[in-house]
Amino acid sequence: MATATVPKTKIAGGSFLIEDRQPEEVFTPEDFTDEHRQIAQTTEEFALKEIVPNLEKIEHKEFAVTRDLIKKASELGLTSVDIPEEYGGMEMDKVTSAIIADYIAKSGSFSVTWGAHVGIGTLPIVYFGTPEQKKKYLPKLASGEWVGAYALSESSSGSDALNCRTRADLSADGKHYVLNGEKMWITNASFADLYVVFAKVAGEKFSAFIVERTFTGFSVGAEEKKLGIRGSSTCPLILNDCKVPAENLLGEIGKGHVIAFNILNIGRFKLGAGCVGGARTSLLSALNYAKQRKAFGKTLVDFGLIREKLADIATGIYVGESLAYRTVGMIDEALRDIDKHSPDASTQIRKGIEEYAVECSILKVWGSEMLDQVVDHVVQIYGGYGFVEEYPAERAYRDSRVNRIFEGTNEINRMIITGWLMKRAMSGQLALMPAIKKLMDEVLSGPSMSEETEAELTAERALVGNAKKVALFAAGVASQRYMMDLAEQQEVMAALADIIIEVFAMDSVLLRTLKLMQSRGESGSALPIAMTQVYLSEAMARIEVAARKVVAAASEGDNLRIQTTILRRLLKHDPTNTIALRQQIATRVIDAGKYVTA
Amino acid sequence: MKILVCMKQVPQKDAPLKLNESGTWIREDVSYEVNEPDAYALEEALRQKEKHGGEVVVITTGPARAQQVLREALAKGADRAIHLEGNEFVGLDSFNTAKAIAASIKDEQFDLIFTGLQSDDYGYAQTGVLLAEILGWPHATIIMSIEKSDGGVRLKRELEAGFFQHLEMPLPAVLTIQSGINKLRYATLIGIKQAKNKPLRKVTHAEIQHALGPNLQKIEKLYIPQKQKKTEMLEGSAAEVAKKLVDKLKNEVRVL
Repeated sequence: MATATVPKTKIAGGSFLIEDRQPEEVFTPEDFTDEHRQIAQTTEEFALKEIVPNLEKIEHKEFAVTRDLIKKASELGLTSVDIPEEYGGMEMDKVTSAIIADYIAKSGSFSVTWGAHVGIGTLPIVYFGTPEQKKKYLPKLASGEWVGAYALSESSSGSDALNCRTRADLSADGKHYVLNGEKMWITNASFADLYVVFAKVAGEKFSAFIVERTFTGFSVGAEEKKLGIRGSSTCPLILNDCKVPAENLLGEIGKGHVIAFNILNIGRFKLGAGCVGGARTSLLSALNYAKQRKAFGKTLVDFGLIREKLADIATGIYVGESLAYRTVGMIDEALRDIDKHSPDASTQIRKGIEEYAVECSILKVWGSEMLDQVVDHVVQIYGGYGFVEEYPAERAYRDSRVNRIFEGTNEINRMIITGWLMKRAMSGQLALMPAIKKLMDEVLSGPSMSEETEAELTAERALVGNAKKVALFAAGVASQRYMMDLAEQQEVMAALADIIIEVFAMDSVLLRTLKLMQSRGESGSALPIAMTQVYLSEAMARIEVAARKVVAAASEGDNLRIQTTILRRLLKHDPTNTIALRQQIATRVIDAGKYVTA
Repeated sequence: MKILVCMKQVPQKDAPLKLNESGTWIREDVSYEVNEPDAYALEEALRQKEKHGGEVVVITTGPARAQQVLREALAKGADRAIHLEGNEFVGLDSFNTAKAIAASIKDEQFDLIFTGLQSDDYGYAQTGVLLAEILGWPHATIIMSIEKSDGGVRLKRELEAGFFQHLEMPLPAVLTIQSGINKLRYATLIGIKQAKNKPLRKVTHAEIQHALGPNLQKIEKLYIPQKQKKTEMLEGSAAEVAKKLVDKLKNEVRVL
């Protein structure tokens, strides 16, 4: 039986920009162990047999059904992968965590309910709880007897959550914190049993508390009427002299931000994986429709413009898988040597995941935007039927939109991506500055002859290499121009993030395909190669737009002319016949009737 | 009770099938799954074990990929597995498959052997029955329910036209299980985790070759039926057309 060829080297977060990896060093879906495959199968079976038949009930907010599904999922172990064994959990790797998020994605509403429970509802206790808190709450959350929720946002503070107004005051006898305030957009609010609530102690020190539904002074407001994920519960929480036992303070007073940011960070890779699963589900629905719908005496799948969309969706899934599993593979490698019985094991695990904050943010942004494009394509393929509620395209279209908003808006995440890398560069943790300097020297010395190599996908490797150079070049130009002020230039930061995101996506998909070619050979990898070529070509075009935007903003006159010339040189590549490649991808996907990689 | 469940890996139900070059079977590049009736046979065995104790052993024949069905069964709760591994087992007819299974379990003492009623690919429904004959055990087919009794098992069989047969049978026996008689369980994560450490015995073709004979059955040609569209207009008065129609439905199409 195949065993996982997980990367054995610990790779620094963000290093994809400056270091070249070998295919053997990245984890891909082809490296799933038998156990991973079985878990994917169990999860998908559960989703198809339990979630799908209940879609209508879920959408109509029959929360008893939803809770019952959470309970059933728990019985299979689908809610306790991240919980330590001693507290009733499965304690498995993060690849497994991502696989479940990926393959459970048949309903946006249920995925959000489940995701909030196992993620932001449970993980704060896993990573920051005292042994007593873990012992008291984790077994109940693992078994699905209790459902968890997370209360950070307020009506006037969302992305700037630290500005919250909810306060906590210690009672005179020191036994309770008394919470007052109102939380908003709380997923699972109406039926959760446990809420991780953020409040400022004495109106100043941002902290987290474990609040049980039955505590005095706690109540839940009315359901929001939402654009999508209507089958999930989203309500405000009202804390009116809510009495929380002092021992339910989570983490340290004044350190609530550590919990808030870390938990969101951890949640992002699951969200990204969930978007990939959502895209796979959408492709199936599009194929089913397009294969039977007739127009002009032909079937929809015979039309080039429909085939183009199907090819793009399949490519999106393939690249998304490459990104998602490479990222969680790195995380697992970082967590591998942690002694789970050490008293600070959860801190070490948290730090291990934090190392890949940029990759997690990229996955979240890229995944949510890919899925949004996919559901848009699917509505279009369905035509008029895509616009009415009776068909699945409409719901998927609405459900997808929130992914770009929660767990840190994509705008905030773009700031994180560039900001975090720049911070690491400044502190010298990541050798970005020497790499930028080296590149600047290289490009100013004029064009160099590229070496001829015989390796597979030579042109594609060169393309990814140049994309990395463009990223460094644009970052160099922007930091020269704005220096420490760069963080204030949101548009420039976001454009740089766009380039960095594409670089990671391009690098990941190329490495996966090269790895696949090692096992299947070139002829057995025709479909992945085609998807890689299409993606690289399109991504390069997006990188060009973003890079020109940065350079045009940061420079003028002769400088701008020189920099534009350099950019043009770095971006130069032969055009790819993406029409023929997409035809080839579409043929295979239509033939298989679902997403495949061979 | 010690129960052996014979399981088979078959092409997935919705897999698009293509003929192989020689036109004798389908191409191998499809997705595979557990033969559905076998999944019900396994479920029934696990339920019997939960009620009466004992052991559930699963067996399959086929190349390395077939081990997947055993792993799945172990994850669902089977205690151990036997894999007759090798490409030589692909394309064996039912008689030889039954002989191979019988030879590989000659040192075991099973009370019951379950197979699915039939396989979703060839659909012969023969292996179980032939296995019983080779072992010299009694058998019953299309089993709907099994209850342990003093001397053996009380069984319910499905007959045609909604009839059932109830019968008693001594042990050991071979039973072929009907789909849908119970509710299949999922492989839980804990089960999947534990399955890794359960024993799996591999048997090579060479070890049991002595027990096999030439295949008695061979697929000469496999083809996809040609789609035909033929329209015949019936002419005449309404009464005449009706009469002709009845005649055609009765004698040509034979649906009346």
